[in-house]
Amino acid sequence: MFAQIEEYFRLEKMPHIWCPGCGHGIILGAMVRAIKELGYDQDKTVVVSGIGCSSRASGYLDFNTLHTTHGRALAFATGIKLARPELNIFVVMGDGDCTAIGGNHFIHAARRNIDLNAIIFNNNIYGMTGGQYSPTTPYDKKATTAPYGTIERSFDLVELAKASGATFVGRATAYHTKLLTQLIVQGAKNKGFSVIEAISQCPTSYGRRNKMGDPVEMIKWQKEHAVNVKAAKNMTEEQLAGKFKIGVLHQSEAPEYTAMYDEIIARAQQKVKK
Amino acid sequence: MTEVREFGRLMQGNEACAEGALAAGARFFAGYPITPSTEIAEILAEKLPQVGGKFIQMEDEIGGMAAVIGASLAGLKSLTATSGPGFSLKQENIGFAAMAEIPCVIVNVQRGGPSTGVPTAPAQGDVMQARWGTHGDHPVIALAPVSVKETYELTIKAFNFAEKFRVPVILLLDEIIGHMRERVQLPSPSEIEVIDRKKPTVGPDKYYPYQDDGTGVPPMANFGDGYRYHVTGLVHDETGFPSNKPEMVKKVLDRLHNKLAKHAHEIIMVEESNLEDAEIMIFAYGSVARSANRAIRNLREQGVKVGLFRPKTIWPFPGEQLRKHLDNVKTIVVPELNMGQLVGEVERAAAGTVSVIPLNRYDGELITPAEIVAKVREVL
Repeated sequence: MFAQIEEYFRLEKMPHIWCPGCGHGIILGAMVRAIKELGYDQDKTVVVSGIGCSSRASGYLDFNTLHTTHGRALAFATGIKLARPELNIFVVMGDGDCTAIGGNHFIHAARRNIDLNAIIFNNNIYGMTGGQYSPTTPYDKKATTAPYGTIERSFDLVELAKASGATFVGRATAYHTKLLTQLIVQGAKNKGFSVIEAISQCPTSYGRRNKMGDPVEMIKWQKEHAVNVKAAKNMTEEQLAGKFKIGVLHQSEAPEYTAMYDEIIARAQQKVKK
Repeated sequence: MTEVREFGRLMQGNEACAEGALAAGARFFAGYPITPSTEIAEILAEKLPQVGGKFIQMEDEIGGMAAVIGASLAGLKSLTATSGPGFSLKQENIGFAAMAEIPCVIVNVQRGGPSTGVPTAPAQGDVMQARWGTHGDHPVIALAPVSVKETYELTIKAFNFAEKFRVPVILLLDEIIGHMRERVQLPSPSEIEVIDRKKPTVGPDKYYPYQDDGTGVPPMANFGDGYRYHVTGLVHDETGFPSNKPEMVKKVLDRLHNKLAKHAHEIIMVEESNLEDAEIMIFAYGSVARSANRAIRNLREQGVKVGLFRPKTIWPFPGEQLRKHLDNVKTIVVPELNMGQLVGEVERAAAGTVSVIPLNRYDGELITPAEIVAKVREVL
């Protein structure tokens, strides 16, 4: 299986730093399979990441890779994309990276509908720093900074992305890898801002503290709590309680930012000629 | 057009900065509105697309700095413009640019601080922030023009230094220089020296993005040009990949500093006038040097032997250039629009051999020639 996508990895950088049982490797595998399916030229593909466990992914991949500052990956990527719109850009972020410290860049990249592919590795926790609660940690869960349970409501990343103007939004999990790969392919084909929420498991810093069992148990939890959006249509609200939807959850039409900027250039140059 | 060349044109400092950036080949601006720098963004929003360049108003100052670094990595000469509060917000990413060696220019049109302070009044309060604003030991170049024309020239220099040495370069204007209008005659494009970053001369298989080629400055490939490499703010080895080996950490930090130290003679620019026989030196930079010049003229007419030392390059600090005069002068007067920032560096260079007298204003008003004359008379 890995042999098919080996060419996209910097094998000499292996083994990766992720803990045994972490879902990030599975998600990264799905992302690379998607890029293979898309047939993108490695020289014309850029992977930008922020800071955190997921953001170490960029270093393992054989593309143009940029490991930025915490929360700012989308803003760096915006500069690259606007400078060279022909590049294919994937932005790898964690839940805290993307929606806490980087929340402003996230909603504005979505609002601009700039052609970037945001892949959010959502493990509901700050893993790299040892298990502090993030904006996606569910209510009343334990974290090192919430020893008595969280009292904050969590973000629904899909709703946040939709409300901010993203034109393609999908969600899958580390269990649903084929779906995840297909969502990333579809998102990349969308000419605009695409958001893929990839639900991951962090047995070390989240599962352990919240008695979610071993990594296998956590993956089973994903399987049991995810409902494909197509199946969800035939389910009642009671049946859907405590579950989350996966699949293509939003698609809309809007002009893409860099294409519109090209029109601005044409308009400005027309003005100079006059 | 000949008419324009002959008589020049009336231009604002911020406008000269925008024009200088375009002349230097800047093709990308990302920023956020902030007084008193906003004209730079406004002018570039209009002019960049006319030359095929890109302008984006980002959601915040931090994003502006990040987008500038991204665009530079993709091959466009890039800048942002801000003032004190925004400059503080950009600091983390300025450090990233220093560590990852991404050329870029940050214009800071200084206003009164701290905090929101006096947004429409001039100050030189960010001199130390320009040097030490981002965390850790890092290389940086900061330039401070005295006039509208010099703003144009030093903006071009800022890009040339950024490209040549792969460092963030800070252009420190102040509200007076930024908003003042003067008649200037800009040089024709053929008179302008424009330096572009050094590109790799080897193929992708032999390219190590952070390998010293003997100059201290590794050649830089653009993202998308076929050289796939890794860029990180972590300490990294020649390959660009993270390393925390103590010897590698030291080697990288030494190179980052030495690449500027090695070329200090080229980076450090000073103006020295009336210093041959001077007993008193006025050390002034930016808009304050304009008052200093006038004060010197008045004092000279009265027979006082006083001269000007004006650093155009503030960082690296021109200590060696300053020390050359210490055998002659007895006193150095240092007027600044702050509570005393660069005066500490002057004292360090003087090392107790001459007396160093500060003259400070931090009430949002400029320092007048009369105030400098009075201070010189006091120390005579």
